[in-house]
Amino acid sequence: MFAVRIHGRGGQGAVTAAELLSVAAFDEGRHAQAFPTFGSERTGAPVVSFCRIDDRPIRLREPITDPDALIVQDPTLLHQVNLFAGLRPDGFLVLNTSRTLPDLGLEDLVRRLTPEHAVTVPATEIAREHLGRPLPNAALLGAFSALTGQVSLGAVCDAIRDRFPGEVGAGNARAATVAHEHVRTSLEKMAGGRVAGA
Amino acid sequence: MAFQEIKLYQTGTFVAGNRLLDPDQRSVQARMGRSNSLTSGHRACQGCGEALGARYVLDAAMRATEGNLVAVNSTGCLEVFSTPYPESSWQLPWLHSLFGNGPAVAAGVAAALRARGRDDVRVIGQAGDGGTVDIGFGTLSGMFERNDDVLFVCYDNEGYMNTGVQRSGATPPAARTANTKALGPEPGNAFGQGKNVPLIAMAHEIPYVATATVAELRDLEYKVERAMSFRGARYLHVFVPCPLGWGSDSADTIRLARLVKETGMFPVFEAEHGEVTEVSKIRRQVPVEDYLRLQKRYAHLFGDPGRPDIVARLQANADRNIARFGLLPEGDE
Amino acid sequence: MLSQVEGSQAVARAVTLCRPQVIAAYPISPQTHIVESLSDRVRTGELAGCEYLMVESEFGAMSACIGASGAGARTYTATSSQGLLFMAEALFNASGLGLPVVMTVANRAIGAPINIWNDHSDAMSMRDSGWIQLYAESNQEALDLHIQAYRLAEYLSVPVMVCMDGFVLTHAFEQVDLPTQEQVDAFLPAFVPQQALDPDDPVTIGAMVGPEAFAEVKYLMHAKQMAALDEIPLIAGDFRDAFGRSSGGLLKAYRLDDAETVVVALGSVLGTIEEVVDGLRDEGIAVGVLGITCFRPWPVAEVREALSRATRVVVVEKAFAVGAGGIVGQNTRDATRGLPVEVYDVVAGLGGRPVTRASLRRLLDEVLAGQVDPQRLHFLDLDLELVQRELERSRRGKRPGPHAEHMLRDVGTVASGAYE
Repeated sequence: MFAVRIHGRGGQGAVTAAELLSVAAFDEGRHAQAFPTFGSERTGAPVVSFCRIDDRPIRLREPITDPDALIVQDPTLLHQVNLFAGLRPDGFLVLNTSRTLPDLGLEDLVRRLTPEHAVTVPATEIAREHLGRPLPNAALLGAFSALTGQVSLGAVCDAIRDRFPGEVGAGNARAATVAHEHVRTSLEKMAGGRVAGA
Repeated sequence: MAFQEIKLYQTGTFVAGNRLLDPDQRSVQARMGRSNSLTSGHRACQGCGEALGARYVLDAAMRATEGNLVAVNSTGCLEVFSTPYPESSWQLPWLHSLFGNGPAVAAGVAAALRARGRDDVRVIGQAGDGGTVDIGFGTLSGMFERNDDVLFVCYDNEGYMNTGVQRSGATPPAARTANTKALGPEPGNAFGQGKNVPLIAMAHEIPYVATATVAELRDLEYKVERAMSFRGARYLHVFVPCPLGWGSDSADTIRLARLVKETGMFPVFEAEHGEVTEVSKIRRQVPVEDYLRLQKRYAHLFGDPGRPDIVARLQANADRNIARFGLLPEGDE
Repeated sequence: MLSQVEGSQAVARAVTLCRPQVIAAYPISPQTHIVESLSDRVRTGELAGCEYLMVESEFGAMSACIGASGAGARTYTATSSQGLLFMAEALFNASGLGLPVVMTVANRAIGAPINIWNDHSDAMSMRDSGWIQLYAESNQEALDLHIQAYRLAEYLSVPVMVCMDGFVLTHAFEQVDLPTQEQVDAFLPAFVPQQALDPDDPVTIGAMVGPEAFAEVKYLMHAKQMAALDEIPLIAGDFRDAFGRSSGGLLKAYRLDDAETVVVALGSVLGTIEEVVDGLRDEGIAVGVLGITCFRPWPVAEVREALSRATRVVVVEKAFAVGAGGIVGQNTRDATRGLPVEVYDVVAGLGGRPVTRASLRRLLDEVLAGQVDPQRLHFLDLDLELVQRELERSRRGKRPGPHAEHMLRDVGTVASGAYE
């Protein structure tokens, strides 16, 4: 089982992100379960959503306390909420920011995690460019796909386009694709850098 | 059916059966073919205004709908005295659910009939003042707002009679009830601002609103048949004296209904989509005292020393109605 | 057809397939997605021949359903928590009149204090209303139970509530197999009412019944509900034949046969419990699970039979009777009377507190180690320190006011660590 926890603020599409991730996994023949922390609908409040992916039916019904992957949609949450609670040492991290992890004061975290498992991606900027709105969730799913390989980019884009028709869907799919490429490039650089320095 | 031209006071009550009239001018009740929807054998008190009103209303509605009618009834005197298990006085399809939900249940019946392709069958909801003005008010307003195809009839005897004569939102000021006794400096029911449900119904802009009394039974039949000519939410508020609750003579029921109109205390009118269309004028205005003295629930206002101040306030209320609704013929105010 | 959808959408689709003719519903979290979806489906024509009433309250909703069902239409509504209570009078009325209304209850805690999250206190508070109560373990079962519910309700002329955990199931995206219209039509014929308001054949419905006959009327209600104990397995069997999967029925057994310790529960928490039990089984511990799908009528004989070989029963329930004790626990003790079995009653998940594998595992370890007193009601994951601080505060007479406000001050804001 692969457990993903998504952190965001109300209005950034964290709940939708979990749902789309589950649909993408389902479309690729896997079992998936997505659900949010439930609360009164308020824009801007911290929101957490969850997605479990497995090859067997998922029976468990509890919030994810030991995620295999974290997607952080809003860097302003970093020092307000304990986002990283339970993240496995070799867990994955996708962080929405145009800065670097050390710049954000996350050196300790970076040291704990496997380097190739933690990436940043300027998802908000990508979203602004490709769909005209600062809605980072689709881009982050594309990034997640590249980082973890749990779902393919194609499945992510199909799920996006099925949910959002017309130009909205197309724009989001573009954002996902661009973010996917961004992460793929980052990972190649990381791998290349280590080989070079070895 | 055309509105009855001949007035009972001109011909006397012997024509109540309309024997002297052309058959097509007779009231529904005078006809052999009346449906008798509320048939005899029920347990109403002698002189019950509600039993009288319900009989007239339902038979008129049955005639107007050619018998394609379903009745919904809220808890109250009418429901209780008409269905003493294992008997029932109802000769039409009839459903009693709860006290506060008559309008909502009627709305559900209407929806079901429409869904089943039977909107030729019409729905009438009925309740006392309690089930309409107080506990049923929320569901009533909902029914109005949705414009459900229901004629809702309130039989207003101004109190919770079934449970022993307690006050309701329709109880008039100064009236004695079991929980507003003639005690203390303000005997009887408080002088509140009242709750004028016909006006509230008009504020919902429903197709048809009317008030009536059991003194003018032809008028009552006419209003029911007129209401049935509309689709959508309709409301009929019928003034029905209660001899037991009011402490009046069972022979005075119709007299009291006539007096409540002639004093101006109960305006009789029709309205469509929020505008008054017809006002039934007072023939000969009488002072409120003539009406009040016939009922023991107002006995504390009279005698030695009595409360002439309260009587004056009640008269002022009646005068306000007369002015507000234009109840007197021109030049008579 | 397999789909990955939100639980609410799955239920809305199942209800649509049942062809209700009147829907009267009032929105309340967490049922809103269901009734919104049904409104959409009526508007687009997907759900044809259905009148959707925008009622002014839950009392209005159930009242309209009573009228509609009385007039011979197949009806539906949904609610939760406060809404279920607001229609309480009408619930008893519907069952007393023998009207086959089907209602979804998206289980949510009852206030005060106001709480929108999942537990079973709402449906449990109405367990005596004369309605049949079915509890879904998953979204698949939730959608399946609605289809079975209509058949059950209309066969017996008894209303049925299908309970599904609010948010936990209603707002969860998971895989479901949605049946086709043809399949549902074959399984669920058109509604033939046992009584209906019809001008061609007038009946009086809702007469007053005095002391001379009331007891008999109630006895017959009870007998009719008990008949559901036979009918439900039959319907579940027909469902399996028609749709190819097991859904519904009275009880669900998981690794029960040789279990010395059995966990009893209702609803979605069964999934988590099965995971914990698998872990214990891997360590050679003989634990099993008994899921209660039909809570009312209470399948006392079937529960007794299922628990007859166990030595320990641990009831995990999401509600309790304040001032008295457990509810499911009490019913379970009824069923096991005289059997050499110890029943432990544990209240968990109140007001939406997650019931976790870790806590359940800890609980079962403690039970197996004999560290839990079967005579007392237990509260899983209760913050005893918090409670004791508040009790101490009350004793010292400081700061009058509701416990809730005091303890929230101690606990801190909702935002921090809410998911832990």
